[in-house]
Amino acid sequence: MITMGIDLGAKYIKVVILKDNKIISKTKVLAGFEVEKSAKEVVDKALKEAGIKRDDLGKVVSTGAGEKLAPFYDETKSIVGCDSLGAVYLHPNTRSVIDVGAEEGRGMRCDNTGKILDFEVNEKCAAGAGAFTEAMSRALEVKLEDLGALSLKATEEIPMNAQCTVFAESEVVTMVHNKISKANMAKAVHDAMASRITSMVRKIGFDKDVVLVGGVANNIGFVDSLNNDLGLKVVVPEDPEYVGALGAALAAAGWKGGK
Amino acid sequence: MEQETEFWRWTESRWTNPNLNWKGKVITSGVDVGSVSSQAVILADGELYSYSNMRTGSDSPDSAMKAINWAMEETGLTLDDLTYTVGTGYGRVNVPFSQRAITEIACHARGANFIYGPTVRTVLDMGGQDCKAIHCDERGKVTNFLMNDKCAAGTGRGMEVFADLLGISINDVGDLSLQVEKEPQPVSSTCVVYAKSEATGLLREGWPKNKVLAAYCSAMAHRIMTLLERIGVEKDFAITGGIAKNKGVVIRLEKEVGMPIMKTDYDTQIAGALGAALFAKALVDKGRK
Amino acid sequence: MIANYGYKDGSGDYFIAIDTDKCNGCKDCVVACPYHVLGVGPDENDPLSDEEVAFVTELERKKIKYTCAPCKPMKDRPPLPCMAACKQDAISHSW
Repeated sequence: MITMGIDLGAKYIKVVILKDNKIISKTKVLAGFEVEKSAKEVVDKALKEAGIKRDDLGKVVSTGAGEKLAPFYDETKSIVGCDSLGAVYLHPNTRSVIDVGAEEGRGMRCDNTGKILDFEVNEKCAAGAGAFTEAMSRALEVKLEDLGALSLKATEEIPMNAQCTVFAESEVVTMVHNKISKANMAKAVHDAMASRITSMVRKIGFDKDVVLVGGVANNIGFVDSLNNDLGLKVVVPEDPEYVGALGAALAAAGWKGGK
Repeated sequence: MEQETEFWRWTESRWTNPNLNWKGKVITSGVDVGSVSSQAVILADGELYSYSNMRTGSDSPDSAMKAINWAMEETGLTLDDLTYTVGTGYGRVNVPFSQRAITEIACHARGANFIYGPTVRTVLDMGGQDCKAIHCDERGKVTNFLMNDKCAAGTGRGMEVFADLLGISINDVGDLSLQVEKEPQPVSSTCVVYAKSEATGLLREGWPKNKVLAAYCSAMAHRIMTLLERIGVEKDFAITGGIAKNKGVVIRLEKEVGMPIMKTDYDTQIAGALGAALFAKALVDKGRK
Repeated sequence: MIANYGYKDGSGDYFIAIDTDKCNGCKDCVVACPYHVLGVGPDENDPLSDEEVAFVTELERKKIKYTCAPCKPMKDRPPLPCMAACKQDAISHSW
């Protein structure tokens, strides 16, 4: 059976197509302001890449903040459910999943079938999501994709006082004035963000293994800060931003883990 | 390099009471070093003598010096004439010529009591980087308060971000936001970062700038209302601080609160420094007893 | 005085309220809090008073949502240590 998962996140729309539970295509596109148009575009692209037609799809599940804006779908499923399903598929020992996306942070605990036991969402405040690192990269005039590697070169731990993205922008400007190195500032940014995510995860409690997914999982500086804060090494799957879409496609296929 | 225009700048001001001679009187002063603006107030025997209101500079001691010097300009006063000075605001511990630091909460309540009289019970201070809701008694003593300085929403900084986004001077935001035929739906995101992307979307949809501003000002009024509800709004109700000058927020807030906002000819931004100067006077009196 | 320390942001309201008229400055809450959120000292919002009262420390005021999180687990939430320790019933949390 061929299934499709569409994850309409705040920044990117991701599509995964599975054939007999094997990934045959992974595609993403910036959501932009015309989400429906972007969604149609990325779905077409995914079908083309998989070399199939819409009629070949057995079932389609849509998820994410904009789940209702997908060009077509049979069902919607919550993003936490998709995250845990995708994480268990990639890493069967997963019992806790952290998803840090562009506008939301989520923490969840699940069983060996990917079923959610508990979850907590950090939403509606940019300080606990990718929007924070994005704003900081602009304030630091460092490309977002370089921010992680830069922070690993830090020589000192500098606390960040501001807990709000807007105020943190001003704090970074002050730090620049005070001649603090960009590497140390990048680490301060990641440490601040990690501590917010950690406390969210502490609230629900966590078991090994902890899997980190979502676009921010690509940021090695953030991962390092999070590892230090949690006192363990989180598992980051390949292409962590696709895990939600993968979970949606797995849900469409009725996959329940244990494989 | 491209020259960036700063749309958030507001007008600085100073004032001296022309009918007062300070000579032979007890001079106390209050200096409020805020994150965005700094004020100095000078009292002669507890009467308002002069004040200054200016943008905060790069560091607090320097800003405090500049503010007090400007307040003393052409009055013949020098630092040596100040019997007691209280520092307040974000940089209150960094006022070099002060004898004591007192929180903005206590100072704003006291200052509002002076400006508006003893009937004031609820004081809202909307500052550059925070928002304070204070309940006080007839003597200006705090009975209940909250201060939100963690989040930029509902602060002057949040408004500046919007003024910048739209390329409008902060002084014009209020008036422009009132130039709408029908009140639009308020911006739904509280977080300034998300509200900004929401506004960008609205502009793309073809909304004129004043309509976007109206949507943001009404969201801000609503947010401030929910903060006020926590301490309970009781009349008389007064607003101090920079945003008090933004009619777009004040008029909308007045509607939400459902009671009139007290009027004054004073510059409401000096309330904190004024309260500090009044505490300085009280502390001098206390020491003499 | 009811002193509300904390904040409201897009995600919700997070305030610890201390009733300074009830508080006797005994420091039981300071000892009970595992994360050093509370302190006792002169009432900084009542400068003409000489009594000591409890407050939320400056450093924590902007992040109690996060600092207090471990005391507020999703499941089987026990009484909060600070509130349980206060014999005067002077402390309350808004969330």
